[in-house]
Amino acid sequence: MLSIKNLHASVDDKEILKGLSLEVKAGEVHAIMGPNGSGKSTLGNVLAGREAYEVTEGEILLDGKDLLELSPENRAREGVFLAFQYPVEIPGVSNINFLKTALNEIRAYKGLPPLEAREFLNRVKEKQKLVEFDAKLANRSLNEGFSGGEKKRNEIFQLAMLEPKLGILDETDSGLDIDALRIVARGVNQLRSQENAFIVITHYQRLLEYIVPDFVHVLYKGRIVRSGTKELALELEEKGYDWIKETVDAEKAV
Amino acid sequence: MSTKDDELLKELALEEYKYGFTTDIEMDIAPKGLNEDTVRLISAKKNEPEWLLEWRLKALRHFLQMDMPTWQNFEHPDVDFQDISYYAAPKAKPQLDSMDEVDPELVSTFEKLGIPLNEQKVLAGVVAVDAVFDSVSVKTTFREKLKEQGVIFCSFGEAVQEHPELVKQYLGSVVPQTDNIYAALNSAVFSDGSFVYIPKGVHCPMELSTYFRINAENTGQFERTLIIADEGAYVSYLEGCTAPMRDENQLHAAVVELIALKDGEIKYSTVQNWYPGDKDGKGGIYNFVTKRGICKGDNSKISWTQVETGSAITWKYPGVILKGDHSVGEFYSVALTRNKQVADTGTKMIHLGKNTRSKIVSKGISAGVSQNSYRGLVKIGPGAENSRNFTQCDSLLIGDRCGAHTFPYIENRNKTAKLEHEATTSKIGEDQLFYLTQRGIDPEKAVGLIVNGYAKEVLNQLPMEFAVEAQKLLAISLEGSVG
Ligand SMILES: Nc1ncnc2c1ncn2[C@@H]1O[C@H](COP(=O)(O)OP(=O)(O)OP(=O)(O)O)[C@@H](O)[C@H]1O
Ligand SMILES: [Mg+2]
Repeated sequence: MLSIKNLHASVDDKEILKGLSLEVKAGEVHAIMGPNGSGKSTLGNVLAGREAYEVTEGEILLDGKDLLELSPENRAREGVFLAFQYPVEIPGVSNINFLKTALNEIRAYKGLPPLEAREFLNRVKEKQKLVEFDAKLANRSLNEGFSGGEKKRNEIFQLAMLEPKLGILDETDSGLDIDALRIVARGVNQLRSQENAFIVITHYQRLLEYIVPDFVHVLYKGRIVRSGTKELALELEEKGYDWIKETVDAEKAV
Repeated sequence: MSTKDDELLKELALEEYKYGFTTDIEMDIAPKGLNEDTVRLISAKKNEPEWLLEWRLKALRHFLQMDMPTWQNFEHPDVDFQDISYYAAPKAKPQLDSMDEVDPELVSTFEKLGIPLNEQKVLAGVVAVDAVFDSVSVKTTFREKLKEQGVIFCSFGEAVQEHPELVKQYLGSVVPQTDNIYAALNSAVFSDGSFVYIPKGVHCPMELSTYFRINAENTGQFERTLIIADEGAYVSYLEGCTAPMRDENQLHAAVVELIALKDGEIKYSTVQNWYPGDKDGKGGIYNFVTKRGICKGDNSKISWTQVETGSAITWKYPGVILKGDHSVGEFYSVALTRNKQVADTGTKMIHLGKNTRSKIVSKGISAGVSQNSYRGLVKIGPGAENSRNFTQCDSLLIGDRCGAHTFPYIENRNKTAKLEHEATTSKIGEDQLFYLTQRGIDPEKAVGLIVNGYAKEVLNQLPMEFAVEAQKLLAISLEGSVG
């Protein structure tokens, strides 16, 4: 579904991704781990098409389509969803109204008519239940005054509403209490299907106990330096990143 | 009016001078276009009583002695007062033969706003207003209903003929002829406008003028509006139109006066979208309006709500004189400027009675290379025990070539008064825009959402249907301002 080849990307002329390659097939969950500043969020932003991030080399294909050709809104309409590490507040814009606009824009792109009011509300109710998202929050202004955990949960609520092809979760687990973590994970698991895929960025093995990944990758200095199955996450939890850093830096030095 | 009131108003008029009208620029007025004969002609054409002619002439004499203001935060355009036709017949004549001749961009804006085709025709100047409204007798049925309750809602000209005593009593009682040079000009040459009187205890059964999105009488550039809510009466009045209105007249100098007696309430909403001119501001309307209300009686209330998106220059300060004890004045404003537009707007809250309260919520939005200023005066008189004001003044910037300014003036002569002022300036952030576009929303729509969210508190004050239109208007007005 997603094919990233030799991706180089920079911000302010500083190269952050330095030849990253990744293949994600439909139905899979890939976890991305790695030390702070290694480029995990950068990858999410590049996939979503954020302007400040300049791709200098490489390609990204989503079901054969060149993502780099598309604007951020068209990538979203093609099914790329980024659950932000730091969701922003937008005062005065109602959460529901925002979602309705988003959903209908995506539908229009696919040549579908806007969702009828009743259908839309049913969907809201269903998804609210799925991620146990408080109806009161859904009706408030977008993230305005939300707690850190509420913001994260709102990201997953939006993901559930928009049903993207590719969901990128950037540290959705940070800031969630234990119960919320379980609820969010359960929500994501129920959304998993043979038609979609997830990239889960996290620092903690705990999340991966709930959302079990097919593959785990370690991102370091802008490249994927180790890939494995869920056992790799356990190993990292135990040993930290030093052993990887050492071997990688040693390889480089050669 | 008692002499005390007269003095009060005179004092206010002088106050206005204090904020500026002290210049030595000489006004370039030849006797040709604007003189006593012009005024006599207007008055005669309207078959006006002698007292009104005298009133106009007095205003003209004031006007001729007044200087152009210099205190504004923009360059005052040259207005050639001799180039203006002061007694043009007010009927709108079709200027075009069919909609095919109308600027397609204008038509597409109409469509985005969802304006019905027959109204589009009027706005674009394809048919005269009468042709639309007289054929369907909306106007008559509407009037009958109001008449049952004793509500008077008619053109200013009709009011002069049919209710001269009311006009005589209130005309100029809130905005004196000497208030400012444009008020003086309007007083001398006003064409027509609206008159509303709500009798004691009557709650006006409908929003006035929702049925006339386009004023049935083409009142032209010197409009005069007078609204009186008698004791315990209530009225909500809507002025303007979300469609971009074109007008041959570049200078608009309207005067609006509101009078609320004891327990009376007036809610006045404006959507102003006059032609702003091209990208360089050429050809746009100068909108120099004087609007003021007086809460004359105890427990009365006047509330102004405005959404200003049009005109090359907008210059207006709808104010409230809080004379009655426990009276309430409100001002809710959204002013959006883009390209080279200029808006210098705000309010004046003059607290005179005890326990009077005022609330000011101003939301400026600037894009392009426009200049957007809030200018407000809160004045607490010595007798205004325990009066309160709350002012919230926000500016939103789009891009970094525009300007937002605030000029809050406060004069407090009573120690028991409480005044609060809050101000913020923000920018539409790249992070906000990215968040919305990442969810599949078009960038221009995203800006529309953000701006409407920002202006929500003001838009919520508008009557429902108007609020929906105003939201669309804000979004449309910003098209092309991003990126
Ligand atoms: N917009 C930006 N401007 C400047 N530098 C940036 C920007 N975005 C990312 N960087 C830099 O790129 C590097 C990678 O950042 P990124 O946010 O991708 O790391 P991360 O792996 O997500 O880290 P964390 O685990 O702390 O979230 C960092 O050094 C960061 O400072
Ligand atoms: Mg990160």
